[in-house]
Amino acid sequence: MRAVTVSVGFIPLVDAAPLIVAQEMGFAAEEGINLALKPAPSWSSLRDMLSFGQVEAAHMLSPIPVATALGLGGAGAKLSAVSVLSVNGNVIGVSNALAARLHDQGHDFGFNDAYKAGTALIGAAKGRLRIGVPFPFSMHAELLYYWLSALGLPAPQSVDIHTVPPPLMADAMEAGDIDAFCVGEPWGSQAVDTGVGQLLLPGSAIWSCAPEKVLAVRSDWAEQESALMGRLIRAVWRAGRWLGEPDSRMLTSELLSRPEYLDLPSDMLERALMGRLVIGPAGEERHVDGFVEFFKGAATFPWRSQAEWIGMQLATRMGLDQAMARNVAGGVFRSDIHCQALAGTTADLPGASSKVEGGLEAPMAVASEAGHLILGQNRFFDGRVFDPKGD
Amino acid sequence: MSAPLSIIVVETDRTRAQLIVDSLRQAGDFDIYIIAEVTGLARQIQARNPDIVLIDIENPSRDTMEELTLASGPLDRPVAMFVDRSDEGLSAAAIEAGVSAYIVDGLHSNRVKPILDAAIARFRMFQRMRTELAETKKALEERKVIDRAKGMLMRAKGIGEDEAYALLRKTAMDQGRRVADVAQALVTAAGLLA
Repeated sequence: MRAVTVSVGFIPLVDAAPLIVAQEMGFAAEEGINLALKPAPSWSSLRDMLSFGQVEAAHMLSPIPVATALGLGGAGAKLSAVSVLSVNGNVIGVSNALAARLHDQGHDFGFNDAYKAGTALIGAAKGRLRIGVPFPFSMHAELLYYWLSALGLPAPQSVDIHTVPPPLMADAMEAGDIDAFCVGEPWGSQAVDTGVGQLLLPGSAIWSCAPEKVLAVRSDWAEQESALMGRLIRAVWRAGRWLGEPDSRMLTSELLSRPEYLDLPSDMLERALMGRLVIGPAGEERHVDGFVEFFKGAATFPWRSQAEWIGMQLATRMGLDQAMARNVAGGVFRSDIHCQALAGTTADLPGASSKVEGGLEAPMAVASEAGHLILGQNRFFDGRVFDPKGD
Repeated sequence: MSAPLSIIVVETDRTRAQLIVDSLRQAGDFDIYIIAEVTGLARQIQARNPDIVLIDIENPSRDTMEELTLASGPLDRPVAMFVDRSDEGLSAAAIEAGVSAYIVDGLHSNRVKPILDAAIARFRMFQRMRTELAETKKALEERKVIDRAKGMLMRAKGIGEDEAYALLRKTAMDQGRRVADVAQALVTAAGLLA
């Protein structure tokens, strides 16, 4: 049987791994599909490529489909998130000048305490803090807004969070346009290796269970091609399961390092996959459990509550009606489609489509189809809780 | 008669920028400004306050433009992405040709269309040139490898050039591979054994 080709756009990042692995390790072929992987130059271009049908599915920042549904930024076609591709995986870095001031103040660069790192950062800033993120609608931006506001630095009034495409982040830092950045790997490690900056904190220290990238499709395509989409979801889910095995991670860094994907040395890509980040020029290493997750704790499941949290954050900042935003956002993450595609596989799916975000200090067993599902730690650094049933 | 529309073209390549400007001038009377340095792009654009911004889709700085679509202050002029509000055909053509346009809110579409048409035509040509250049480069590289492989065979087996090429071609046909790939394999192997 000849495989059906599905075109999938991606941005060359470590967390594009589930798509690359699905194709390279034969999980796509098992479903009788062939993924034509197309790298995109920017998130806005990738979103437009998806909207206008140049690709059928895409690796996407989790807030983009939500923002599109809320009419923020190039509102093209309606998009749906049918799987979460990865949880966590971002890093916050600072310029060398700022790192020096942090060291002088006695900050230990422990890389695990968002409260301590944030307070130190605010204390070390000279004037208004300027931070670069890859895109206005990104978990990077959401985490920064959440973190700094909780520490008493209300954004956007007291901090400038601006979009700087990661390939230009080094230039922006050198030109003195930004003091810090929040980016996905390998950009953080690259900044360290090129001597541009030092790493202060992993995103997971702010929210330990943040949906980072999703598998996005056009909502009308999801309706028309439901069988094909089911095959795509299963292939990517199996790739995620394979990635969840610690033994797979070294091979993955080799796959990702190929010229057609990230075209970077595999030892740099390994750091994020293994959760062993080099944070400064002296080669200091920090170990982060769950730095990026592809499978554990039902990581692939697109929870309605995750989309609602994103929708509420965007609404608060952009001055939109909160009830409307929450409702519209909730409909973007399609747990129903995800479950339908995985019915009949060994996937142990949660019984609910929403959960309380935050407030889970330790892994916990929850109701699921086979009864073996354990959700990982899910906590915001300040202990707040987002309860989708409450208001 | 309204003032001529102001257009910013974001393009780091000077020749390309000039070609875009030339075709826009043919389409009408516009006030055109080129940004060649993308650091601080948002600031540069805000300072000029243009009606329209044209930027190559391949340019990663496009994501910076997205931020300007969010400008919400009373004095800010919101910038909308062109694909938001045009007929789908023209937007799709623009995306296909590799140009994205950001247009200030409230600008009438019949004033925008000639600009977009000119830009699309020009970008289509760039895209063809880009493909051609990549293909030519590849062909040249392959030719170089084939020449090296031929030279190796001529020395190793004491045969003539035509015979060496015939040998490469036959091997390629037997293995169902391209001549360039067989030549590359030979050159790589020879490099390892040297």
